Amino acid sequence: MEVREKIQTELTHELMLEMYWIMLLSRRIDERAWLLHRQGKFPFHISGIGHEAAQVGAAFALKRGKDWLVPYYRDLAMVLAFGLTPAEFALGLMGKKGEPSSGARQMPSHWGLRRANIISTSSPVGTQTPHAAGIGFAIKYRGDDAIVLTSIGEGSTSQGEWYEGVNWAAIHQLPVIFLVENNEYAISVPRSKQMAVSNVAEKANGLGLPGITVNGLDVIEVYDAVKSAADRARAGGGPTLIEATVLRMTPHSSDDDDRMYRSREEIEEMKQKDPVNAFRDYLIQQNIITEAAQEKFQSRAKEEVNAAIKFAEDTPYPDVEDASYPVYAEDIRHG
Amino acid sequence: MAEVTLIEGIRQAMDEELARDERVFIVGEDVGPRGGVFRATEGLYEKYGGSRVVDSPLAELSIVGMGIGAALYGLRPICEIQFADFIHPAFNQIVNEAAKMCYRSNGAWTVPMVIRAPYGGGIGGGLYHSQSVEAFFTHVPGLKVVVPSNPRDAKGLLKSAVRDPNPVIYFEPKKGYRLIKGELPEEDDLLVPIGQASISRQGKDLSVFAYGMMHYYTLQAAEIVAEEGIDVEVVDLRTLLPIDEQTILKSVEKTGKALIVYEGNLTGGYGAEISAILAEKAFVSLDAPIRRLAGPDVPAAPFSHPLQDWFMLDVSKIAAGIRSMAEY
Ligand SMILES: Cc1ncc(C[n+]2csc(CCOP(=O)(O)OP(=O)(O)O)c2C)c(N)n1
Ligand SMILES: [Mg+2]
Repeated sequence: MEVREKIQTELTHELMLEMYWIMLLSRRIDERAWLLHRQGKFPFHISGIGHEAAQVGAAFALKRGKDWLVPYYRDLAMVLAFGLTPAEFALGLMGKKGEPSSGARQMPSHWGLRRANIISTSSPVGTQTPHAAGIGFAIKYRGDDAIVLTSIGEGSTSQGEWYEGVNWAAIHQLPVIFLVENNEYAISVPRSKQMAVSNVAEKANGLGLPGITVNGLDVIEVYDAVKSAADRARAGGGPTLIEATVLRMTPHSSDDDDRMYRSREEIEEMKQKDPVNAFRDYLIQQNIITEAAQEKFQSRAKEEVNAAIKFAEDTPYPDVEDASYPVYAEDIRHG
Repeated sequence: MAEVTLIEGIRQAMDEELARDERVFIVGEDVGPRGGVFRATEGLYEKYGGSRVVDSPLAELSIVGMGIGAALYGLRPICEIQFADFIHPAFNQIVNEAAKMCYRSNGAWTVPMVIRAPYGGGIGGGLYHSQSVEAFFTHVPGLKVVVPSNPRDAKGLLKSAVRDPNPVIYFEPKKGYRLIKGELPEEDDLLVPIGQASISRQGKDLSVFAYGMMHYYTLQAAEIVAEEGIDVEVVDLRTLLPIDEQTILKSVEKTGKALIVYEGNLTGGYGAEISAILAEKAFVSLDAPIRRLAGPDVPAAPFSHPLQDWFMLDVSKIAAGIRSMAEY
């Protein structure tokens, strides 16, 4: 509750409504992606359902347009908050021409958006963490005012890449926030088989940086934690490890069947804690949004998703010759 | 003109690029006050300070990984891997990240960085201080792979590599660091273009393709067989990726015979690619089967002196290879 009182001053109602809007939009387009995948419209979807509060809270605590993002595949809501459009996401789902992160060379949800300072990301988990350390190093080297946030799943913090990246930032006191979205699963493997510590934040102790755990289902709590870490980083206070506990409310991806490793009761329980609904209820309860206005948000989200999908469906596939370049910087075609 | 060692050419290149461009920095193990275990960065820490000549943690993947991040932000990292044998922890970062960044982002993001790594045997380094690992990387589109064989190229190629907009792996023949000497022109800004092989010795009887330390030996072997009447053309490949096919094909069209010399393991080694190019594109010019002279297919060079000698190619083994080729 202290958090909320402190934040009320900073987080205007407008900003909270904007946060809710991105969470809702992300949820609706994510749900549509599952549906379209089931209809055989494209071969793959990986979902952020249950992670939206953590992602939106984190993104809004940064200076969008100035700070840098090194995300991972579940961060649909985070990159929407940073400026990816639903239509652009839909181009990615379908592998259509003009998809901005890779020109449809990569699978969906492999983010990257130059205009929004979102670094291109790949599939091998953990590789992004040292990149964030390098960006933090470069920010400090140049004396810039920016900071960088990188995110990852808790299972992927088992990778050496993750430890090495965090270690760099701690040694050099770099302006980096390491956000771990802990949904307790790495595909089927539970957290207890990834680490002997009882939470991810504890790992910070061995690396020499502050580590905290926040409720990643509460967008305001996440906002507050990331905001104070960002302020500290910007002031030269170094990196922070933030673990946000979240729910993976879907199978790992469209290729997974989670009935093999977790019960349906577990999924049903998650629905009671749905972070998008929780924030909606909070906003209504606080008289920040009316029921009627809330309904409007819902219909607007539906319209935007429809438009995005239609746009992508109407867009052609890339020209086949696009596959042959740009292997080297000299091959880049501008315009 | 002053005669300098190969490692001095490397050191000068870094010194000049650090002075020229504030975005350039060096990162690696012991590169700071120690000046590198081979002393390639000697004096640079004193001159440019610890923020530009950065002692890294003992962790290769993040030397490359943080370098990638810094490059994405706009800096120009020179990453030093202390021995090429220890580049393998960074393989993922090099192959999956640096090499693929430009293509996978449709050119939105590029990784202008240099990875320097001393390679090669004959120094009593045993299995893990002797490896020639270039073939792992010449298989990877998106990388450039460079190996100098003399001080002039060492300097000029490294300066070009620092300015190249792509990730460049720059393998240094460490046995030749102080053994190989040569004239260094007092040119203000000596640049040797990446992507061009050079004919280091004109000849008409057969072509020998080599790079790095093996090129140094090959030139000596060519002089020995010249006294026996064999006129060898020596091609210093210098850039292994992208391949300068034109120079390679032209030479074989002239001589009709090709011997490829490399010190890494024979099978799947870099010479196999040169051999394949010649077989596909110069078949009608060939008067003899293409031959590869390479390290044997044991894991790496053993430590004990006679065992190491058995593994390593040298001037007399190369001369013997040339003779048998010439007789064909
Ligand atoms: C290096 C590597 N190994 C394996 C995989 C396959 N893989 C993709 S995601 C994943 C699980 C990741 O779990 P976690 O880090 O907890 O993130 P989450 O998906 O739960 O958000 C695995 C094993 C991969 N992409 N990269
Ligand atoms: Mg997980």
